[in-house]
Amino acid sequence: MSIKVLFFGSLKEQINKAQVLVDYVEPLTAAQLWQQVTGKEAIPNTVRVAVNQSYSDASTILHEGDEVAFFPPVTGG
Amino acid sequence: MIQIKLHPHAFDPLQSIQTFQQQAEFRAAAYGANAIFIGTMRDFNQGDDIVAMHLEHYAGMTERQLQDLTEQVLTQYPVDHVLIEHRVGDIVPADAIVVVAVWSAHRKLAFAACRELMEALKRDAPFWKHEVLADGSRRWVEHNTAG
Repeated sequence: MSIKVLFFGSLKEQINKAQVLVDYVEPLTAAQLWQQVTGKEAIPNTVRVAVNQSYSDASTILHEGDEVAFFPPVTGG
Repeated sequence: MIQIKLHPHAFDPLQSIQTFQQQAEFRAAAYGANAIFIGTMRDFNQGDDIVAMHLEHYAGMTERQLQDLTEQVLTQYPVDHVLIEHRVGDIVPADAIVVVAVWSAHRKLAFAACRELMEALKRDAPFWKHEVLADGSRRWVEHNTAG
């Protein structure tokens, strides 16, 4: 099993990826996943994290099959 | 009723409201107040002319988040009905982006719920605006205006 990682908005262009599949190795937090996929340090304050389509945070422990999204401030409406 | 819908093509918010009101569960005589907010696309932003825009969204989470934030707002502002419709995809100036409509017995609750729903949508619903400027360049809108 793996973890699906999604990027949206300007972050998608900065990272140059919209979607990545990552092999799951436990334990894994959202912050560790960010480092693994982006090669960058801590998740910036402006970046929001969603796990399985619900808002979450950097310390969230991930599980096999999770869908994790990182994105910039939302601008709808 | 809570009704949430995303539109991949242009839509008429007033038509959406009329259609909502035609449902069997809608009892017009039970509501003395209907507050409506309609957001449309401007042709200017940050001093530049804007000719088009792409509205990106996180399919799945968007609908879930709109439902969740509506249920949350209803705990504080228990109006009778909520309709939220939002555009996605490629849009042009003057197109409707969003409609939030609520129905309740009295205006105070209706105004408050409509405002709070709109603010919650702006804060948490996963949409991102990608503008096309008059010179053809593109840029992401990095944050919403204060209102």
